[in-house]
This record gives sequence, structure tokens and C-alpha cells, in this order.
Amino acid sequence: MILAVAPAAVVTILAVVLIVLALVFYLVSVIVQLRRITAGLDDVIEGVGEIVTKSAPVNEVVTVINQQLDAGVELLEGLLVKKAGMADAIGLVEGMYPGAAAAGFRNMPDSENVTAPRIGEVYTRGTLTLARLGREAPIAAVTPEGPVLRNIEGGSLAARQLYPDVRHTAPEKLPRSPVIGSDAPVQYEQRDDIGAPRKRMPGGAAVAERPEPSSGADRHD
Amino acid sequence: MTLWWIGNIVLLLVILPVVIYLLRGVLAAATSIVPHVRTIADVAAAGSADLDSAELLLTTQRQVTETVAGLANYGGSLDVILDDAAPGAA
Repeated sequence: MILAVAPAAVVTILAVVLIVLALVFYLVSVIVQLRRITAGLDDVIEGVGEIVTKSAPVNEVVTVINQQLDAGVELLEGLLVKKAGMADAIGLVEGMYPGAAAAGFRNMPDSENVTAPRIGEVYTRGTLTLARLGREAPIAAVTPEGPVLRNIEGGSLAARQLYPDVRHTAPEKLPRSPVIGSDAPVQYEQRDDIGAPRKRMPGGAAVAERPEPSSGADRHD
Repeated sequence: MTLWWIGNIVLLLVILPVVIYLLRGVLAAATSIVPHVRTIADVAAAGSADLDSAELLLTTQRQVTETVAGLANYGGSLDVILDDAAPGAA
């Protein structure tokens, strides 16, 4: 009976040993991988901690910056309204930034209800020219509700036509700018006395002096 | 006796393969996590490096403060120089 049972017992023991070996091998491998994951997570935590530390004061600083900028905007808006009046100020802002009049000014709720005047009727031609040159503003609209005369996104012909030369024709080559300075080949403020007869000789006085009596050496006896 | 042999056969042909299959799955999952963790660590380090310039916000804050202060000075001067709008226009 014992000899008959022994082979089955050996097989059982062999099977259990195989299962245990498989468990050991794979579990050890899993442990190694988990250790690598732990090390990697340590690096992640370190990096995230740095991010948290570095970004901690950002909110406060940005808030202060926004407060300063808000103060500047309120100052400029207040000054503009004080000097130009509410209607003209709205018209100027609408001329510079189409649609901004609907939002109005920040601390002036009544500004939302002001009808923006056509800026071309309010300001002089020189102001319009400066505004065009500086801001590419879509000013000079036919009516405040109508379309602007210029393409505010891509049109620059109107601004280029402000120049008296042929720049708006987009020539291949424009005349070079003049060279100025003391080393310039052409002096634009030329002196009139260059090339003219000298008024006086170098080293001598311009006024003729009375000649002194000649000495004995100069006599021509 | 017969049941014992049947048990051995089941142990070798069913239990052992199932155990190996499950353990391989766990190992494969654990192995696949490692590169992702490495990638996350690299991204975190890069994000931290990107925030090195955050301290420049202090310079921006100082410059904005100085700019607004200068703006206030200019505004005060303009307020003195320029006439106010007509009472009816304001």
C-alpha cells in the first residue's frame, strides 16, 4: 500500500513545489517592479512638491499686478472722461476698439448707455491721422452702426496712402534714406564760404595794418 | 487512489497554469506601470523647471507698480495742463 501510494505522493509534492516556485518567482518580480514604481513616485512627488512651492506665490503676485493694472485703467478712463467728456471718450474708445463702447467704462455704469459718436466728426484730421498711424484704428466709419471704411484686420493700404511717396504702390526698390552726419558724402548744410575766396590769409589779420618803416636791410639803395 | 491521481493531474494541468497565468498578468501590469511613472516624473521635473521663471513675476509686479505710478504722475500733469471737458459734455 505504501509503495502504491508513493508515486502519487511524489507527484503531489512535485506539483506543490512547482506552484510554490512559480509563486516565488513571479511575486519577487512583482516586488522588484513595485520598488521601481516607488522610486519613480518619489521622483514625481519631489517634482510636484517643487511645482507647488514655486507656484505658491504666483496667485498673490498676479492679483497685485491685476490690481495695479486695474488702477491704471481706472485712472486713464477717469482722466479721459474728465478731459474729453463721456460721449467723446466713448466715441474715442469705440473708434479704437470697435464694440468696446457696449461694455462701457468700468467704474461708470452710465457709460454703457452712451451712444458713441462718430469719431471723425469729433476730432480733427490730424488726430485721425495720428490714430490711424498709431493704432490702425477702424475710424471714420460712415455711421456708428455701419461698416468701417477699412479692413481692420488686414487692410493697410489706407494707412500707407498717408505717405506722400509711392509706398502704397509697393515698388520693388525704394530710394535709400539719406546718409547724415559729419562723414556723409553729401553735407546738406553746406557752408557758403567753402570754395569762395578767402577773406583773410591764414596766420594774418584780416585788417590791413600800416606797414612799419623798413629797416636798413630792406633798403634798395 | 484514483482520486489522488486525478487531483494530481488537476493540480499540474489546471491549477499550476492558472496560477502562472494570473501571476504573469500581475507582473505584466506592474512592469507596464514603471515607464509611465518615469514619464510622469520627467514631466513633473520639466514642469518644475518651467516654473523657475515664475520668480520673474516679482520683477513684473515691481515694474507694473512703477509704470502705474509714472502713469499717475503723467495723468496728474495732464490733468493740470489740459482743460476739462465742458460741463454739458461730461
